[in-house]
Amino acid sequence: MLKKTPFHERTAALCESHSWRRWAGHVVASSYELSHEREYHCIRAAAALFDISPLYKYSIRGRDAARLLDRVTTRDVSRSQVGQVLYTGWCDGAGKLLDDGTVARLGEDAFLMTAADPNLRWLQDNAVGLEVEVEDISESVGALSLQGPQSRRILEALGELPALKYFRRADTKLRGMPVSVSRTGYTGDLGYEIWVSRDNALPLWDALMQAGRGHGIMPAGMLALDMARIEAGLMLLDVDYVSARKALIESQTSSPYEMDLAWTVDLSKPSFVGKSSLEEEARRGPQWRFVGIEVDWSSLERLYAEVGLATRVPQAAWRMSVPLYASEQAGYATSGGWSPVLKKYIALAHLRAEWAAPGTALEMEITVEHRRLRAAARVVKKPFFDPERKRA
Amino acid sequence: MTRYDVIVIGGGHNGLVCAAYLARAGRKVLVLERRERVGGAAMSEEVFPGFRFSVFSYVVSLLRPEIIRDLELPRYGLHILPLESTLTPLPNGDYLAQWSDHDQNRRELARHSLRDAEAYDEFGLVLHHMARAIKPLLAVAPPDPTSLRREQLFDLFQLRTYFKDLGTKRFHALHKLLTMSAADYLDEWFETEALKATKSASGIIGTMLGPRSPGTAYVLLHHYMGELDGVFRAWGFARGGNGSVSAAIAASAQARGTEIRTSSPVSNVIVRSGKVRGVVLEGGEEIEADLVVSGADPRRTFLGLVGEQHLPGELVESIRRFRFRGSSAKVNLALGELPEFTCLPGRGPHLRGATSISPSVDYLERAYDDAKYGEISRRPYMDIVIPSMLDPAMAPPGKHVMSIFVQYAPYHLNGGWTDAKREALGDAVVDTLSEYAPNLKGAILHRQVVTPADIERIVGLSEGNIFQGELSLQQMFFLRPAPAWSRYRTPIRGLYQCGSGTHPGGGVMGASGRNAAFAVLGEPP
Repeated sequence: MLKKTPFHERTAALCESHSWRRWAGHVVASSYELSHEREYHCIRAAAALFDISPLYKYSIRGRDAARLLDRVTTRDVSRSQVGQVLYTGWCDGAGKLLDDGTVARLGEDAFLMTAADPNLRWLQDNAVGLEVEVEDISESVGALSLQGPQSRRILEALGELPALKYFRRADTKLRGMPVSVSRTGYTGDLGYEIWVSRDNALPLWDALMQAGRGHGIMPAGMLALDMARIEAGLMLLDVDYVSARKALIESQTSSPYEMDLAWTVDLSKPSFVGKSSLEEEARRGPQWRFVGIEVDWSSLERLYAEVGLATRVPQAAWRMSVPLYASEQAGYATSGGWSPVLKKYIALAHLRAEWAAPGTALEMEITVEHRRLRAAARVVKKPFFDPERKRA
Repeated sequence: MTRYDVIVIGGGHNGLVCAAYLARAGRKVLVLERRERVGGAAMSEEVFPGFRFSVFSYVVSLLRPEIIRDLELPRYGLHILPLESTLTPLPNGDYLAQWSDHDQNRRELARHSLRDAEAYDEFGLVLHHMARAIKPLLAVAPPDPTSLRREQLFDLFQLRTYFKDLGTKRFHALHKLLTMSAADYLDEWFETEALKATKSASGIIGTMLGPRSPGTAYVLLHHYMGELDGVFRAWGFARGGNGSVSAAIAASAQARGTEIRTSSPVSNVIVRSGKVRGVVLEGGEEIEADLVVSGADPRRTFLGLVGEQHLPGELVESIRRFRFRGSSAKVNLALGELPEFTCLPGRGPHLRGATSISPSVDYLERAYDDAKYGEISRRPYMDIVIPSMLDPAMAPPGKHVMSIFVQYAPYHLNGGWTDAKREALGDAVVDTLSEYAPNLKGAILHRQVVTPADIERIVGLSEGNIFQGELSLQQMFFLRPAPAWSRYRTPIRGLYQCGSGTHPGGGVMGASGRNAAFAVLGEPP
């Protein structure tokens, strides 16, 4: 049996499509309506409510909490302020990514870490000799993500919403229920993530849905989220990269530099897991880059026209390895799809460094009427979609 | 009189695999089987009316995918049904289950230990790498590192390159696996007692060693090899029982022109001036051939069929010292109803998988203690499957067959094996299992107990060792079955060995039979 999130009673009642998928051992809705399309547009035009409870959540407390996080992640955690949230990856000794997530500073000696994969054993093993308590609180804390331009107004209707800057968090009460709210999300839009104890999960859901009614709130599933996070240029573990913990061969692994996360690597820290390898890589430059790809519409149109069809584009985001060519194979895309808000066919891709500069002309493999062809594409800057309200 | 190119002694699965490969290469092959049917220890029999059993070996885990492909076994009836879980009932009324679904498995392990749930995947990855490291060695005749013969040097050179590619970290991990006990090795990974015990159990199967005996970690890896071919789905229960594995190989061999004669026990191999000339049957009939391959175990082959007088004293000594020490028994039950486990009542999916009576490492080690001093384990380790849950044709409708692998039942039992001892073993098994499934006793319609002495008598495996000799490091690789004679050859020209007493060893793997065929043909496998 798969696990059910604290919100399952509500999400199950709303899931008209009966379309579910797995996420970290839980069942979550792929879409609530028969098509995910409206849910997607709510993210960009109203407010979408996601159940993100399957995220792994670790409470890290104690005198050496910051030291532990400095030891394992690539960011400078000690210098972060209380109330700040850091996005970070963490690496093995060879400087290859194990996972990525957020580290929120709740107090001087208290942090909440989120992760896509289980990391308890790894955190504990790295905490040897430190005065720090690592606790897996994944099951006891429910999490919702409210994303979209109306999200702030919905939360304001429910209580005293502190003025939160981008990637800041605070404890507050929503309709009297104690929650933590962070100005974070996985959509590249204005949005919040709300952390609540398991017992208050259902009342919180109800309060949000009720307060959101006048603001066009919709529960939204993973299909809508997937497209939004691609537009936001955000990578996904097991889709866009393989954890060094699971990689069967070395070439399956990726470093933070290769994933375009140089900004998260603080080499000025005295030491952290993987530092020497990363220093070496920073010196010689990464061999791979994680980039945005835009497929040329007229090229697509031509390929379809040749067989007598109108142009088709994938309506839902895809997750697979698609070859990209320059004079030879230059790399591979790992997720992509048609961006409704940009009206562009976009993809996230790994490219060899020499082909990774923005503007580089490439070809992407596409299948038209059972034949494998190549459509013109080019490297573009990420994120594809970056509205001002994201940071507002 | 028909003239054969090759005579294969013994129609066990390795003999049949060897015959099939030789026939495939165009040789005229005769297989001589002592019993009235082929299969050796891989055979199915309707022991009680309506109830069919894999009397001896009962699962397929290591059968080489290349053999399945080369001999087209699915075409000849091989269908492997997956066994997807292992249930370990615990004395406190709880249980530990291991499921093939990753999320389900993780959730169950996390119930016992969050750390173990996480370590499980990494452990799997390390064993995957180790199994990959060992696997290429299974398909080759094992080179002796001290030999200066040219072809052996070439093989050694390849191995050297291979170990270099393995990398330091993995080489160290491999060294640990080769030298440690299963229990110690698992202690490095896990904290849940039942998990360590159940995993270490695969390190003791078929050996007269306990989970804390050094060298058992390798046996664990040996059994893990089957999981490497997970995609190929070579692990599970053969539809119709393990006899259908032998039947499929036999049919494939026959389709390639192999002749199989059952009820034809070989009394001895004819040796003249150091060369093999054929065999003599117990009835006195002589059959000539310049090539003879023995599927019998090393003791029966060298000391029985060939005879000491034809062999160098050194080899005779090695074979005498080759350790068999059978330690496993089988209890086959015909059941009127399914067992109801107190820890997990009802007809759940766990009944389609294996059940392991291995609550703790201490439990297994105590079971071994009894055997060390010549007694049956009072509370034995058991590996249980209910084949009729996967293949209903094994039992009448609504009824079931249960196959219980039991350890330890030492071949060298104090006072020797008697009917009374056999029944005492059966009672110990049923009593122990009834503690976890109280309705079992009332459900038993028939009971068959197979002791190591029975295995020796019926199948002809010396001391009832299911692997034709222990899978312990001092008799593995280039030492199996004896130094200098590990590459399927013997001091008698034209006489070869193909049983699991040769590298890489036991399990219904077929690798020995295949490798031997290529040795006979003088080709690389």
